[in-house]
Amino acid sequence: MDYLLNIVMLAGINMIAVLGVAVFTGFTGLFSLGHAAFVGIGAYTSGVLTYHWNAPFFLAILAGMAVTGVSSLIIGIPTLRANLRSDYFAITILGFGEALRVSLENLSITNGARGLSLDELSHPAWVFGALAVSVLLTRNFLKSRFGAMFMAVREDPVAAEMAGINLFRTRLLSLVVSAVLCGLSGALLAHRLAFIQPVMFTMTQSTQLLATVIAGGMGSMSGPLIVSFIFTSMPEALRWLNMWRLPAYGLLLVLIMIYRPQGLLGYREVPSLLRGGLEKWRIRFSR
Amino acid sequence: MLLQTLVTGLSIGGIYSLMAVGYSLIASILSFSNFAHGAVIMLGAYIGLALATKLNLGLGLVLTGGVIGAGFIAVFNERIAYAALRHRNAPPLYLMISAMGCSMFLENMVYATIGSRLYGFPEFFKRQVVHVWGSSLSLLDVSAFVVSMAAILALHIFIMRTRTGIAIRAGVGDMTMCSLMGVNTDRLISIVFFLAGAFAGVAGIFLGVKYLVYPTMGWVTNKAYIAAVIGGLGSLPGALIGGLILGVVETLVSTYVSSVVRDIFSFSMLIALLICLPNGLMGRETEEKV
Repeated sequence: MDYLLNIVMLAGINMIAVLGVAVFTGFTGLFSLGHAAFVGIGAYTSGVLTYHWNAPFFLAILAGMAVTGVSSLIIGIPTLRANLRSDYFAITILGFGEALRVSLENLSITNGARGLSLDELSHPAWVFGALAVSVLLTRNFLKSRFGAMFMAVREDPVAAEMAGINLFRTRLLSLVVSAVLCGLSGALLAHRLAFIQPVMFTMTQSTQLLATVIAGGMGSMSGPLIVSFIFTSMPEALRWLNMWRLPAYGLLLVLIMIYRPQGLLGYREVPSLLRGGLEKWRIRFSR
Repeated sequence: MLLQTLVTGLSIGGIYSLMAVGYSLIASILSFSNFAHGAVIMLGAYIGLALATKLNLGLGLVLTGGVIGAGFIAVFNERIAYAALRHRNAPPLYLMISAMGCSMFLENMVYATIGSRLYGFPEFFKRQVVHVWGSSLSLLDVSAFVVSMAAILALHIFIMRTRTGIAIRAGVGDMTMCSLMGVNTDRLISIVFFLAGAFAGVAGIFLGVKYLVYPTMGWVTNKAYIAAVIGGLGSLPGALIGGLILGVVETLVSTYVSSVVRDIFSFSMLIALLICLPNGLMGRETEEKV
């Protein structure tokens, strides 16, 4: 039972980060190869706080989220300002992720490449509470004016700008929201695994986050969440597959782009699908 | 000492330029970032390694084999992963995701089949040195620089003087118009990918000879992307200059400051440049087409 709970908790923590990438890539249509860096910043900020200063867990999480948000502003402002070429952001965050790993490996406060051993503070209540709150808040946020702006920017940046949307501010807001979610995920992850190391937050992790969102479907929240759960729990069930997991993810990305760019649940959500299904049944039985 | 550092910097810069040129060529014609470029470089190095160790070929034949092999890998990559997307006018985001998938697939296939062992090339240069003005320069560094400059010059002449080169330049300007003028765009794009792959092959073999060959060696293309952005995304002279500047600055920093801050420094340089010169040193004022 403990084993099962452990997997479900890891999946839950991963789902929060996936939610962040879904906001940025799925809803705003920007490409990121470095969101693992944000997870890492959240993990290390909170980890350093609880390790060196015995900070209360709640404060450590908040600090992790805040520092992640600020660092996303530092990268976001120069790169997203170079309007209309979203490649700049992808490349800069790639460099940022590598630079962050090198810094973490060489700072004494992070204990370098050996990593930090932390206390196991992320109890199930914390993880599932944080997941529920972030899903709820993100859902409401995406249904707000801002969510509509994100989607307008994703569908056609030029038309969105014509309609009076400030592209730079909208993209920056989306980045900050997604980074803060990743930071939260990182803080929980650090205190769940009770050990963090710089190599845990590299490009491989970033591409896995991206693969999850793409496979789950662009413009969908529930799709990536479902796929994230499958992707996190599947390697546990099929351990012999572990070596072939990453090549399979890569192949999956290419195949999805060619045959089903909308992913599992592109532009749709589970509740609306269920309602639609129910409607169909009702029509069939009322005849 | 300074001259020695400078030559080492130029040789690394030359390799960055080779990678950046291929990447920039694809970015200018298809306006997306080909994140599979690093994987092609890595495969080029493995092909060269196989030719050098299994068949005991000399450097010339190893380079030729690596160039042709990596060129065809890049062409197949385009045919399989990008052509279908191109034909239905998918947004650049989809192409980038597909490229990321290719890179992940190829890199981890090498992990799963060949393994994560580090391989070294046989010593082609036997630590030979050339003496210039009282400082001793490694022959490897000098030849890496000379070969990369010669290759880029050849590419420049090809693009400026041949019919295919004119077609490539026309394609960069406007792909649809270019195809209306009777250019077979599928073939044109295959040629561009072959060229990019060929440059990746040269870069991969020199990287392998200078350092080692391993599955994630393609990650060094991060530097090439940075070089291309410094020079201006989509500009060939920009890619050349960006690569050389990055190589020299990095070597200077790691010699005189510390090799630890090298990567942090190049990243900060990128951010600083994006703030001051968002289009790079030689980039045009580009806006994505409506």
